[in-house]
Amino acid sequence: MQMTGGGGSLPPLDITRAPEGGEIGPVQSGWRLALREFAQNKLAVAGVAILLFFVLFSFVGPVLYHGNYLTSNLLAVNEPPGTGYPLGTNNQGYDELALIMKGGQVALEVGFFSALVAIVWGALWGAVSGLAGGVVDAIMMRVVDVFLSVPFLFIVLIVAVRYGASVVSLSLLIGAFSWLVPARLVRGEVLTLRVRDFVSAARVAGAGRTRLIGRHLLPNALGVVIVNVTFQVADAILAIAFLGFLGFGLQWPNEDWGDLLSNGVSYLQDGYWWQVYPVGACIVLVVMACNLIGDAARDSLDVRLRSR
Amino acid sequence: MVGYIVRRIGVSVLILIGVSLFIFALLHAIYPSPAIDVLGARANGALIKAWNQQNGFDDPWLVQYLRYVGNLLRGNLGYSYKLNQSVTALISEVWARSAWLSGISLVLSVVIAIPLGIYQAVRRNTVGDYVATGLAFSVYAMPVFFLGLILIQIFALDLHWLSFEGSQSTSLVGVITDLRGMTLPIVTLTLLTIASFSRYMRSTSMDVLAQDYIKVARAKGLPERLVLLRHLVRNACLPMVTLIGLSIPNLLAGNLITETLFNFRGLGLLFYTALQNVDYDVLLAYTLIGAVLTIIGNLVADIALTVADPRIRLA
Repeated sequence: MQMTGGGGSLPPLDITRAPEGGEIGPVQSGWRLALREFAQNKLAVAGVAILLFFVLFSFVGPVLYHGNYLTSNLLAVNEPPGTGYPLGTNNQGYDELALIMKGGQVALEVGFFSALVAIVWGALWGAVSGLAGGVVDAIMMRVVDVFLSVPFLFIVLIVAVRYGASVVSLSLLIGAFSWLVPARLVRGEVLTLRVRDFVSAARVAGAGRTRLIGRHLLPNALGVVIVNVTFQVADAILAIAFLGFLGFGLQWPNEDWGDLLSNGVSYLQDGYWWQVYPVGACIVLVVMACNLIGDAARDSLDVRLRSR
Repeated sequence: MVGYIVRRIGVSVLILIGVSLFIFALLHAIYPSPAIDVLGARANGALIKAWNQQNGFDDPWLVQYLRYVGNLLRGNLGYSYKLNQSVTALISEVWARSAWLSGISLVLSVVIAIPLGIYQAVRRNTVGDYVATGLAFSVYAMPVFFLGLILIQIFALDLHWLSFEGSQSTSLVGVITDLRGMTLPIVTLTLLTIASFSRYMRSTSMDVLAQDYIKVARAKGLPERLVLLRHLVRNACLPMVTLIGLSIPNLLAGNLITETLFNFRGLGLLFYTALQNVDYDVLLAYTLIGAVLTIIGNLVADIALTVADPRIRLA
């Protein structure tokens, strides 16, 4: 409907636009808004797509593509990519594509599992510390400071060399040294949340510590935790790549990307590029996808940055 | 401010004690005694027990820790039974080489990342910014060794301009002047650090550009060059102080991989060989050195920031 009253010289009033030019719509919940913001970020969508591709590639791929990675085949050593071997073979005659799929499983499993360990432990530690306050808080945070000063990669290497590396042991080990940043973040959130009215209300209503943490504090601190998970996954994938490259990664018949790459390095001078660059590209793409998702999640969950 | 600095140093000492206790206890649990290395794989239980008793390896670990710390304070970092040399000698032989590699890379990164980040923030969303951001993002997601390998492939194997190996010279002067050998390791480590520094520099510069004092400076007619030099650079560089201090763990890890990849005899390669040999005292000493450097980095970053930025001068 056109508004024609008034002085007549006024521009038509557009009631769908706010004074600053933004759109006026129904008030939406924070999570839905964040999700919409996230979905509008092209880089974030690309990150999700890359990650999904690698999940399918690593876990569904081996079902569809049966490459040889178990028995060495001296008749097909260092074959270039071509018929029968989409990505060539390595010095044992193993199929490079099948190996990369195997390595992808390890990278994603360790990445997600260690991030889970780090996030769960870190979030609980931070929430308890922030809620307790006082001496307990001070001691718990000094413990975090101590662990933050431990050279993470050195310790992971030393322990992995001594006890051998498996998916479970590596996840626990990497998780055991990655919970510190989430703990700090969650503590910070809890410190600001615990003086808010809804927490006081829950307390007055008789909620115990466990209920306060589980029902009121952690769900509200979830934003920072979600953002951090993605960076944890990226860091863990890089850490096992380092381990594998230095030769202390998973043992045969398991395979990790770092190990594959370091095998290929010996043949770099022979020009066997397919043993190095596809694997390297996989590591870079997965880590980059995690970083993209993390950056976008941080932008969309940060209310201050949200476009109005 | 003196009170704050004293308190901050006190906390650092506490953390140092905690870290050293943790690292010592962990490595002690993993490798209780070097008896087998000394006596040989065929030594029997009684012999090992006697040797442990003689050399104090059957004392409670806390006693051993105190003895170890006492030795540390006297400059004795332990003994490598694998290499039959004192750890102090091993480390003093190579530390300067690693310090050169890491130090020059850090300096180059700072010198390049600060103008780069400012350029990106000022020319936000232009082609130059997109290219720089894209490159930084790719390198940031790249494992050090892969970056190094790509550089080796291009500059050493294909073009033959540079050596695929770090300098093998035994003197520090020889290492510093050996550009053919040292360029690739230095560039690898530098690119890696620039990738993370320039991202921070870009975002802090953008924050600063949105501040009122920049608007005031522009409004009063100051030429853009002076706005950037006098007002933006000084304020945007403050967070870099913290970032440099906090970058020590990454630098140590990068150093380890780069030295291994380029076969450059420094602390990182020493640690790598110690891992392969299970050379307990070297592992312990270098892990502790890493922790000390990390703590000092944090401390210096905090204090430098307090000195440089009057707004956060506490107490």
